[in-house]
Amino acid sequence: MATVELKNLRKTYLTEEIIKGISLSIEDREFVVFVGPSGCGKSTLLRMIAGLEDITSGDLLIDGQRMNDVEPGKRGLAMVFQSYALYPHMDVYKNMEFGLKLAGMPEAERREKIEHVAHTLQLEPYLHHKPGQLSGGQRQRVAIGRAIVRNPKVFLFDEPLSNLDAALRGQMRVELSALHRKLGATTIYVTHDQVEAMTMADKIVVLQKGVVEQIGSPLELYHHPRNLFVARFIGSPPMNFFPAIFQGGDSAGSSVQLRDGSTLYVPVTSPGILPGTKVTVGIRPEHVELAPSGPNSGTVEVIERLGAITLVHVRMSDGEIIVVQTDGAVLTDVDTHVSLTLPPQNCHLFAPDGLAFEACRRHPLAA
Amino acid sequence: MALKTKNSTRIGVTILGWGIALWLFFPIFWMFLTSFKSEVQAISTPPKLFFMPTLSSYAEVFERASYWHFTFNTVIVSVGATASAIALAVPAAYSMAFMPSKRTRGTLLWMLSTRMLPPVGVLVPIYLLARNTHLLDTCTGLAIVDMLTNLPIIVWMLYTFFREVPAPILEAGRMDGATRWQEMTMVLLPLALPGIASTALLSLILCWNEAFWSLNLTSSHAAPLTAFIASFSSPEGLFFGKLSAASTLAVAPILVFGWISQKQLVRGLTFGAVK
Repeated sequence: MATVELKNLRKTYLTEEIIKGISLSIEDREFVVFVGPSGCGKSTLLRMIAGLEDITSGDLLIDGQRMNDVEPGKRGLAMVFQSYALYPHMDVYKNMEFGLKLAGMPEAERREKIEHVAHTLQLEPYLHHKPGQLSGGQRQRVAIGRAIVRNPKVFLFDEPLSNLDAALRGQMRVELSALHRKLGATTIYVTHDQVEAMTMADKIVVLQKGVVEQIGSPLELYHHPRNLFVARFIGSPPMNFFPAIFQGGDSAGSSVQLRDGSTLYVPVTSPGILPGTKVTVGIRPEHVELAPSGPNSGTVEVIERLGAITLVHVRMSDGEIIVVQTDGAVLTDVDTHVSLTLPPQNCHLFAPDGLAFEACRRHPLAA
Repeated sequence: MALKTKNSTRIGVTILGWGIALWLFFPIFWMFLTSFKSEVQAISTPPKLFFMPTLSSYAEVFERASYWHFTFNTVIVSVGATASAIALAVPAAYSMAFMPSKRTRGTLLWMLSTRMLPPVGVLVPIYLLARNTHLLDTCTGLAIVDMLTNLPIIVWMLYTFFREVPAPILEAGRMDGATRWQEMTMVLLPLALPGIASTALLSLILCWNEAFWSLNLTSSHAAPLTAFIASFSSPEGLFFGKLSAASTLAVAPILVFGWISQKQLVRGLTFGAVK
């Protein structure tokens, strides 16, 4: 049972501000993922919560108590590191026992707890192995076990799966989600992998250059990105963008003219935008439709066939590349001339400052 | 063709290696040999390689001076200086390796630069300090000076070893509730033990061989083995047989010790250099 609250947290290294005033509240049992490109400050933020980095200003509250100056070990947190950070000179049992021993727990109780966790994580056969004798996945499990056994209020994960191969990563992702459901502990998870973010999170915090770009559920971010950065960052392959000119709008939608002269009536509101303003139309690859002829034409440059789906890279007449995700069985070939249809209900509009126009109707899954 | 070149290079390097090793070892070998000669054989020209070995030099050395007294002093001073240097250097290297500041690099270089100072430059002040604190001719005084002269290189070596320990392992300890002290003693030290051992070994050898300060700061009571050797290059002239016997006796313990632990030593000396 724990809530975490960040109030205008800032971190300055020498003269450079790394974290620029982040406020956030994390509910009990919530699985929150910090996501963003390298250097966005997500790991620093996690380490500030953990107590491994000093907080320059602002308040960190865990269960309502200010924790800024509390030692890492006394904050009631447990952390799983990217490199696992197991104690190489101790076997699996001792790795898990270390924290309990320091906390002064009696031996019988320690043994019971460790055995229980080892059973949950299927680590029983390895209890007396040193970390060096284990595979990457097993080490990862030990690192998680070491965190669980302390029964923390909050779990912190710092890119825990990035050292694993793709197959194992997928498997561990599912295991972590299941474990979270079982333990019901508040979890803060840092990753740069948006698949991890989308599949595991109750709430995603998108960070860039030490600033929160958007906080929301995975589908909220997907369907209603707040700005160009989030639109580009969430979704794979990323959203396509077309330059356009704003023509006018009403309560049901806004009208824009694309470069080839065609117009789109997108169901978003546009208060305060003057006709003639340069805007950006965004549409996800999975929403663009291929047509043999019509407006928005281009030439197919690359085709990536993934089996179930096909990614068609189209070079538009203005030189831009647009990616279209289509059926696995599509027959289009390289160098073919195609046209793109942009269903207006799936389009996003972004103002010159990058902010998205408000959708007239929220997506049912992102209410 | 390439294989042939590689082979010949390897043979060349091997010969060179053996050559250098023998060249370095020769003085010790010659000293060992001379210690079994009579004084006349020891100074004969051309030098004699084959002769009737005698233990007379050893007998005389043992008769003239108390070898065990000197050895005891050397052991006390070397072990004392090494232990205290390691005790001081571990926290210093820990803070430099894991909590570096803007000035850490400069401090390290400055510490190392003190090793480049000719000791004779500070002989008078140190002598006076030792005299005024009543540490002249005491094992404590010599151990303190040995400890201080070796401290920079020990801090430097430990710093290099500690830098090899991944910081997240120590952070994991902190997350597990370890205090800084526990983090250092329960996580860092066991991991860096091979490095600490080879550093201690090097310090022990340096202290054992240290002659300048022992000759200047001790006379009889706390004189170590280096003073024992020096006492045989005496006013009556040089007696190479006795001098060699004394030297052999002085270097033997540390030579045997070094031989046993050479694996650790090589690892320590090349650590960080070869990656």
